[in-house]
Amino acid sequence: MTAPAWLKTTGFYLLVGIIVLQALFPFYYAILTSLEDGQALFEVNYLPAVFDLSNYRSMLSDGVFGKQILNSVFVATVTVIISLFLAITASFALARIRFRGRGLLLLTILSVSMFPQIAVLSGLFELVRAFGLFNSLWSLVFSYMIFTLPFTVWVLTTFMRALPVEIEEAAIMDGASSFTIIRRIFVPLLWPAMVTTGLLAFIQAWNEFLFALTFLSTDSQRTVPVAIALISGRSEFEVPWGNIMAASVIVTLPLVVLVLIFQRRIVSGLTAGAVKG
Amino acid sequence: MMGAASDIAATETAAARVAKASRLSRQRIRSAWLFLAPMLIVLAAVALYPLYRTIWFSFTDASLDLLGEARFIGWRNYLEYVDYGNGDGEWFGLLADPRWWRSVWNTVWFALVSVSLETLFGLVIALVLHKKFPGRVWVQAAVLIPWAIPTIVSARMWAWMLHDQFGIVNDMLQRLGLIDAPVAWTASPETAMIAVIMVDVWKTTPFMALLILAGLQMVPKDMYEAARLDGVPPFRLFRKVTLPLIMPALLVAIVFRALDALRVFDIVYVMTPNTDATRTMSVYARENLFDFDRFAYGSAASTLLFFIIALITIGFIYATRMNLEGDER
Repeated sequence: MTAPAWLKTTGFYLLVGIIVLQALFPFYYAILTSLEDGQALFEVNYLPAVFDLSNYRSMLSDGVFGKQILNSVFVATVTVIISLFLAITASFALARIRFRGRGLLLLTILSVSMFPQIAVLSGLFELVRAFGLFNSLWSLVFSYMIFTLPFTVWVLTTFMRALPVEIEEAAIMDGASSFTIIRRIFVPLLWPAMVTTGLLAFIQAWNEFLFALTFLSTDSQRTVPVAIALISGRSEFEVPWGNIMAASVIVTLPLVVLVLIFQRRIVSGLTAGAVKG
Repeated sequence: MMGAASDIAATETAAARVAKASRLSRQRIRSAWLFLAPMLIVLAAVALYPLYRTIWFSFTDASLDLLGEARFIGWRNYLEYVDYGNGDGEWFGLLADPRWWRSVWNTVWFALVSVSLETLFGLVIALVLHKKFPGRVWVQAAVLIPWAIPTIVSARMWAWMLHDQFGIVNDMLQRLGLIDAPVAWTASPETAMIAVIMVDVWKTTPFMALLILAGLQMVPKDMYEAARLDGVPPFRLFRKVTLPLIMPALLVAIVFRALDALRVFDIVYVMTPNTDATRTMSVYARENLFDFDRFAYGSAASTLLFFIIALITIGFIYATRMNLEGDER
């Protein structure tokens, strides 16, 4: 009635093979293309044929791309630090203190994280201009709060709720202030959760496109996603695909390494927050 | 005697303790709002106020360089009948713009198809990862990689793979004999949407798979054991036991992905710029805001998009009675 065991096993591993292949092939092919130059680029290769670093050299030598990488690092890092700082106290209140309106507040925060970014774009544009932040990296740090802050609050609240009540009871009875409780009890316990949340928020900020495209106007201020999106040739036939792929590999490789190192944490953070990166 | 005295003393301290506890709890509630304040102020500044301004701009004649001089003009950005005076007239505004309705349709179609495919593939991948086999951790790491790649990078990577002349996808399909001539995936209107959906599915299926996997891992193991001993065939087991149990997790995953798909911008903007075949609501709105210098009109599109998405969300939360308070657990 049922298929023989070896057939089942083979089928299963075939499926595993297909899953791995489809996940890895596009990135593999990007690396392959980034190492080709000139004519080799326009011949379809499935296996590495040449090893030519000239695309990487030309991307990194003009200095602008290096600056753009630094821009991205700056924006993502500062955004994460500020959101974590604001989120840790807020999620303490949301997870450990019972007060009226808590459910509604959580619902509001969740719905902000689902805000379509385009819906706030006009208003944010006005604010950014009014503050004189147009074409400044701070415009991104400011506007990225709209997705990193609800996300970090939500995930940290989930993690904090999972901790038993007893750990703070003694401290409360000893008359320790809430701020002391956060600093002395929760921050040390929540380090792993904060690293996870921070990492996920970092990836979100690193990948953001719409605000970066709108609020920055000069090449040297841009972040890498916009830079990569705007690389083009004078005509359709002059698009420097080799350079695009080299740039793509440079900005993606750190993320891939992070994913491999923190895989387990990322999975737990993603499922706790259930927010796309 | 001694015992009674100490009893009284104990009651007194207990009463004092209760009073102290309630004072403490009031104090804690006060500090709760103090702790929430900075976060709430920032959220109000980046979300609520800009949203209010966007809605306000949609009722004005604002243009990109003259934001401060915007005047209220009522519903004219949405719908306006212009009478030509000779008994003839024409409807103008967002609601009368066929390009807008095409964008709405494109967005809904994109969300519907991509989320359905992601759910299906996500389910398959989650079921595979739920099994124990050597190298499982590495397979899971590989599955996560598309999720980690920036959307812009995936869009350009795929645009290159789907290139009409030098693309590897055309080469593969031709070798397999599935197509006779190279297909201009991103350029031709018939295939542009397919290309965009393909990239989105590739990029976001891992997210779906992980959420479903988390749901699967919460199903008690003895449930399967009992079914196996009773000789229930695997497919029936899945349909009658697994699927109903993971339904809550599945619904949450679907709503998150759907909300995300309904605001899609990056992939479309980068892969298939300026084509009616794939223009989504977000792309339409941004085009008007910054490229066509119709700031107010673009704001009207943003506003409408917001309400469409809000309506879908509220409907979903109401329909599934999601428990967000987390108190009753």
